[in-house]
Amino acid sequence: MLWPRLGKRLFGRPVTDAAPAPPDAVVQALAERLEATARARLGRSLAIREVDAGSCNGCELEVNAMAGVLYDMERFGLRIVASPRHADVLLVTGPVTRNMREALERTRACTPEPCWIVAAGDCAVDGGVFKGSYGVDSGVASVLPVDLVIPGCPPTPLALLEGLLSLLEAQDAPKPRATPAA
Amino acid sequence: MSGAASDLIRRGAPQGCRPFERYLLTQSAFAGLRDALAQEPTLALLSLWAEPSAIHAVFLDEGAERPALLLASCLASDQKYPALSPVRPGAVRFERAIRDLWGLSAEGGVDLRPWLDHGRWPVQAPLSAKPSRDPVPPLQPEFLPIEGEGWHQIPVGPVHAGVIEPGHFRFTVQGETVVRLEQLLGYTHKGTLSLMVGKSPRAAARFAARLSGDTTVAHALAFALAAETATGTQPPPRAVLLRATMLELERIANHLNDWGFICNDAAFAYPHARCGELREGVLRANAAAFGHRLMMDVVIPGGLSVDLAPGGEAPILAALAAAESEIAPLTTIYETHASLQDRVVGTGILKPDLAARFAAGGHVGRASGRGFDARCALPHAPYDAMTFATPVLTEGDVDARVRVRIAEVKESIRIVRALLAALEPGEVHQPLPQKGGEGIAVVEGFRGEIVTWMALDDGGIIRAVFPRDPSWLQWPLLEAAIEGNIVADFPLCNKSFNCSYSGVDL
Repeated sequence: MLWPRLGKRLFGRPVTDAAPAPPDAVVQALAERLEATARARLGRSLAIREVDAGSCNGCELEVNAMAGVLYDMERFGLRIVASPRHADVLLVTGPVTRNMREALERTRACTPEPCWIVAAGDCAVDGGVFKGSYGVDSGVASVLPVDLVIPGCPPTPLALLEGLLSLLEAQDAPKPRATPAA
Repeated sequence: MSGAASDLIRRGAPQGCRPFERYLLTQSAFAGLRDALAQEPTLALLSLWAEPSAIHAVFLDEGAERPALLLASCLASDQKYPALSPVRPGAVRFERAIRDLWGLSAEGGVDLRPWLDHGRWPVQAPLSAKPSRDPVPPLQPEFLPIEGEGWHQIPVGPVHAGVIEPGHFRFTVQGETVVRLEQLLGYTHKGTLSLMVGKSPRAAARFAARLSGDTTVAHALAFALAAETATGTQPPPRAVLLRATMLELERIANHLNDWGFICNDAAFAYPHARCGELREGVLRANAAAFGHRLMMDVVIPGGLSVDLAPGGEAPILAALAAAESEIAPLTTIYETHASLQDRVVGTGILKPDLAARFAAGGHVGRASGRGFDARCALPHAPYDAMTFATPVLTEGDVDARVRVRIAEVKESIRIVRALLAALEPGEVHQPLPQKGGEGIAVVEGFRGEIVTWMALDDGGIIRAVFPRDPSWLQWPLLEAAIEGNIVADFPLCNKSFNCSYSGVDL
């Protein structure tokens, strides 16, 4: 029966894992890319549109896992949306096949400003193992300006979450740059 | 076995493919195959591909007591070969792809529109002997014409609303009812075959592992078995057992995932959350046991690239115990909620005769009365020494495909336990000798049977290879299954099939 199980879950401890901490250096670098007006507009949440630009679907499996109960990206204000018109982030996977290039460019054209472009997975970084084939371009950066790269084949849900959290951190009010330890 | 077409094929010249012979037919004999196949409906077409100057087909004799594969080839003269699509509808997409990749035309084919070549590549016929750089790209396909009144069209994709692979679906709708779906794929075409040719099987294995990420183990295994068969290599017994363990773990993780997603597509979130958690348990066990959540690049020609981690059985068995204890209560929840049952029962019916005509494998075939399971019908080690049940239903709807998957998960859990219990210490890799040969292998992945053929030259380098994903024969059936259903039920139908885009786009 469903209801007793739901009730039990309501009073039990959540199954969700602890949050990862994004690396400071990455956050700092991203914050420097962001203008104050964009920071105010984005706030503490991000709407994400995933664009598969020709992946093997391994990256999609891990993005979906990140949306599941154990990683629960929505607790941080990270939400996958159905249209690029609603998105703050294009999370692009795959080497960008020549057959997908125009679709990716048109998706970007539909996305309002400001827009983060994240290249997720080794293929998206530079074409990965498919680099040099007649069928692919060499990664997302060969088509669009990339703000953040999340390597891995495929990147684990934790790595993806860490990357997206560093975008959120970068959107926070700028902190004074930490002075290097003497 | 005998029959007009199989007799005709066997009269050709044997070419030395193992373990099933490939016969080279003259063009006129191959042309005669069309009539002969019409007389022998039990000879199913499983695959069709090309080399720069030849065409190859794989058939399965479903009427025989002991199923076996039969391969037929013919040389293409003037870039042409006799089409098989008039008698085997599953041949249509192969013939379209062959023209785009190898530049060979199917004479008398029922559909000659481009398929993978969207006019965006720097070359045409990239796998042919002389790829052309014609600046004028091929004329792109027009969608099939519609007749009648009151219809409109809904174009969907290539970028989809969910986190899935890209492809274009053109729905023609009357009111709420889909009267035709036409698919246009090829968006994930990465030129994978061109990257595999000219490499050693060991070097090309990483492309096999990335044909379709969700079924990476099954594709890598079919690729490895084809290379081992071609070179006469025996992988060590420990590797054989561990490969099957991984194959079943992959099946369990994918079936759990799809079951949850199907419920989610009916806006029923609880099974989705629970199945996702159970699946994640399996993936984490995979990472602990084999160093990678999807077990990518672990299966290689000759065996495995890594052994099972010390104590790696424990997390696997724990994840399976968790899944097993949840299947019964989740099934009860799935069965007792009318709002969910209303969406899955009677939805997206694939009729058994159509599944048989296309030789649909996996849960798509087994939910529509076609019981073929490569693990039983054409077993490789260790399945040749095992017994297990293959669930077969005849309803052919979304619900039947879900039920077949649930039954398969239960069997796979049992199989993994038996395999781990039989595990003995030992080597996990036997290097391939550098020699020529030709081999074909069939592996039952979670979607159905993967058929991989490979030809090595005398130096052990891949001369030609064709990994056939089961989705080749399942995608066209999705077009039939959605007919007469409402648009809102398409996600349910689609997910219950869960065909691979990357696996067929190559």
